[in-house]
Amino acid sequence: MSKILIRGAQVLGGEVQDVLVDGETIEQVGTDLSAEGATVIEAQGQVLLPGLVDLHTHLREPGREDSETVLTGTRAAASGGYTAVFAMANTHPVADTAGVVEQVYRLGKESGYCDVQPVGAVTVGLEGKKLAELGAMHDSAAGVTVFSDDGKCVDDAVIMRRALEYVKAFGGVVAQHAQEPRLTEGAQMNEGIVSAELGLGGWPAVAEESIIARDVLLAEHVGSRVHICHLSTAGSVEIVRWAKSRGIDVTAEVTPHHLLLTDELVRTYDPVYKVNPPLRTEKDVLALREALADGTIDIVATDHAPHPHEDKDCEWAAAAMGMVGLETALSVVQQTMVETGLLDWAGVADRMSFAPARIGRAKGHGRPVSAGEPANLTLVDPAYRGVVDPADFASRSRNTPYEGRELPGRVTHTFLRGRATVVDGKLA
Amino acid sequence: MDTQQQYGDEARPVLEAPDIARVLTRIAHEIVERAKGADDVVLLGIPTRGVFLARRLAEKLESITGTKIPVGSLDITMYRDDLRLKPARAIGRTEIPGDGIDGRLVVLVDDVLFSGRTIRAALDALGDIGRPRAVQLAVLVDRGHRELPIRADYVGKNLPTSLRETVKVQLAEEDGRDTVLLGSRPSA
Amino acid sequence: MMRHLISAADLTRDDAVLILDTAEEMARVADRPIRKLPTLRGRTICNLFFEDSTRTRISFEAAEKRLSADVINFTAKGSSVSKGESLKDTAQTLEAMGVDAVVIRHSASGAPYRLATSGWIDAPVVNAGDGTHQHPTQALLDAFTMRRRLVGRDAGLGRDLTGKRITLVGDVLHSRVARSNVDLLHTLGAEVTLVAPPTLVPVGVETWPCEISYDLDRVLPKSDAVMMLRVQRERMNAAFFPTEREYSRRYGLDGDRMAKMPEHAIVMHPGPMVRGMEITAEVADSDRCTVVEQVANGVSIRMAVLYLLLGGNDSAVTHTRTEENK
Repeated sequence: MSKILIRGAQVLGGEVQDVLVDGETIEQVGTDLSAEGATVIEAQGQVLLPGLVDLHTHLREPGREDSETVLTGTRAAASGGYTAVFAMANTHPVADTAGVVEQVYRLGKESGYCDVQPVGAVTVGLEGKKLAELGAMHDSAAGVTVFSDDGKCVDDAVIMRRALEYVKAFGGVVAQHAQEPRLTEGAQMNEGIVSAELGLGGWPAVAEESIIARDVLLAEHVGSRVHICHLSTAGSVEIVRWAKSRGIDVTAEVTPHHLLLTDELVRTYDPVYKVNPPLRTEKDVLALREALADGTIDIVATDHAPHPHEDKDCEWAAAAMGMVGLETALSVVQQTMVETGLLDWAGVADRMSFAPARIGRAKGHGRPVSAGEPANLTLVDPAYRGVVDPADFASRSRNTPYEGRELPGRVTHTFLRGRATVVDGKLA
Repeated sequence: MDTQQQYGDEARPVLEAPDIARVLTRIAHEIVERAKGADDVVLLGIPTRGVFLARRLAEKLESITGTKIPVGSLDITMYRDDLRLKPARAIGRTEIPGDGIDGRLVVLVDDVLFSGRTIRAALDALGDIGRPRAVQLAVLVDRGHRELPIRADYVGKNLPTSLRETVKVQLAEEDGRDTVLLGSRPSA
Repeated sequence: MMRHLISAADLTRDDAVLILDTAEEMARVADRPIRKLPTLRGRTICNLFFEDSTRTRISFEAAEKRLSADVINFTAKGSSVSKGESLKDTAQTLEAMGVDAVVIRHSASGAPYRLATSGWIDAPVVNAGDGTHQHPTQALLDAFTMRRRLVGRDAGLGRDLTGKRITLVGDVLHSRVARSNVDLLHTLGAEVTLVAPPTLVPVGVETWPCEISYDLDRVLPKSDAVMMLRVQRERMNAAFFPTEREYSRRYGLDGDRMAKMPEHAIVMHPGPMVRGMEITAEVADSDRCTVVEQVANGVSIRMAVLYLLLGGNDSAVTHTRTEENK
């Protein structure tokens, strides 16, 4: 593998430096580095970040290859600047055995666009009744460390307690989809002023907050760590902030769409805005941004949820929940966090690479941009302005809420262990 | 209603208030004569101004014959043949006198007779309401240019016009004064 | 400019009064020997009912036939679970057959809005009730009934419901009738009070242009019209209230309660009534109860709406009324 010299980029948005990559590793970081024998990428004005890590992606394979495959999903990830993604377990069959997680892991290896780290189901069939073989999944070739029934809540307090305790044996973490099921029967959107008017079933904030409150207390009680998926309300932020102040080992993620969009958009009854947890209010959005800035929320995770056109081209109630997000996440974070002054690029590197890699124990990812580290890198042009056109997506699905919206920033290059997966904004 | 703007500066009166009163009196006498006493006459005005004319005619008939003449209104909007050419319009009032129109002599009253399409619609509307012995038509102005085989039985004034001209009837009940104006369409 | 009737909230005061005035003329057609107008001759209207509602469908059908439209009835029985494609595909199939307007009833809130705005079809869409969202023709016929009774049949022409105090009682949470009525009555200048157990009032109701009360007896003496909303017995299984008996005792309308209303005040119900639950037979059968009138008025209102949306080359609603030249 040849050498690559990335010249003149602002590393983590700070100092302008050259970065020389040799093979799979960063050889040197400095100024006026020799370009001899290297392919030169002129990166003046661009920001160099560690390759992004998504702790929450739905790749749909096996089972729903009509909406996404590991290959198309990882291509979308690379386009969005990601070098590693955690693939959620709610496939068909469910990733609740060593066999399924190994299959997904292998498909990721074959794709070559980014590393795929399978997430294992907490319970058999995501049914919340019986623990899946968490140890076997951890011991498999996939080396699963993150377990989640995402899409469903582990609502039984005893099952949740046991899972939290059990994964301590191998340093695993349970990522909870916090949704009290009884409080959200028939839920279609955030419960509040807009749902009252539109006559759509309400998804109250308390259904999320009550589960988070329970789970941080359970984690404290059994001395385990817990991760909260797609936290979406101001009240959840308060609970996590309180838990952290008590020293509870809790981490939390927020999705890009919850940082930008509100339930006012549901007035269009366009199911492209239908997502779980639902879009909340302006007040929640502002609280989430602040929490991400002050570290109460540790990471941004996409909850990339591809759906075929027909599952969204229908009336609201019949539509599937979810949005694609891999290819727009960094732009949304730039708009909502960087351009608002809440977070600098070093902060973005932390929330979208260092911290998620740390939570998910993703080896070789979320490493500093310095000599000797694996060359997982993302180069961003923050000055770029573009209108989102789903036709440009690498994902097989087009269910983006940002169609026609102008977003800032563009990933120009992505490197996975020294190999370019994206060059000049195009998949290599 | 901005008459000046709509009919231009050239709009000139062809009938004034006394003329209108006189021709209505004449029409009333003609009705009595032709209907042999007007015993079974029902006057139905076509909204908006035909209704006022019908009421005035009824008064005159009553003073001639000494009997009460039933008078009502017949809105023809829902029977128009040009509904699909224009935006849907607000519909007027249809008020049929208590004893109905079956076996009666219905005299339709309108302000201007032009293409005849309004009267065609009125005849259709009448058919859905009852079966008169006969139907006659009284108009204040007949300006010609018929597009259907329809003629008036009683005409206040025959007014030969060109299609570029406009005829506007104003009545005190609606417009504050009685007059018939002849104007020209503002050129496009 | 409005091509569709999706929500009562979309109507301006002048639009609403125009519809009520037009309905008043349409009502006269019912008194004639030939109860038919040629107005929509050659136009085809499809009643697309994804939810059972014989009453509403028959009312629309009567209105369409009185206006001489050709009527196609499409009833997808028990298809509340049917997939979304079927709405799009069904609507497109019907339009391909040459349908000029679609009257739609659907169990999913927002389905008519989706049909009107998604680009699936071009035809005007009339909402005949969607989920727990809106039922605008019901609100219009209710307002029409109130105007006739409280203002007067002729005296009401051109007028709204300014200052009238209207009370809606019952399952507001699940009621599209309540939502539509609150919007329209507010537009028409009425003062609306919703009375329900707190479990049956939606979270987020505070922005609605109305008052909320949990105490029926205190509101009754200050009401010009009291509309009882249907309360499904099954609701008590989801703990919205403890028992049918307790509900009736606190929120049902019986003879004693009716006696607390002002003498001129009327009792309304969108039907179908659950006798013994929200209303006793004594009240339902009294002279003050307008249920049967509401049904008759429904046909007039739907004629008016269909005429104003389809009677010209363009919708009359939200056009300024212009004087006709001969």
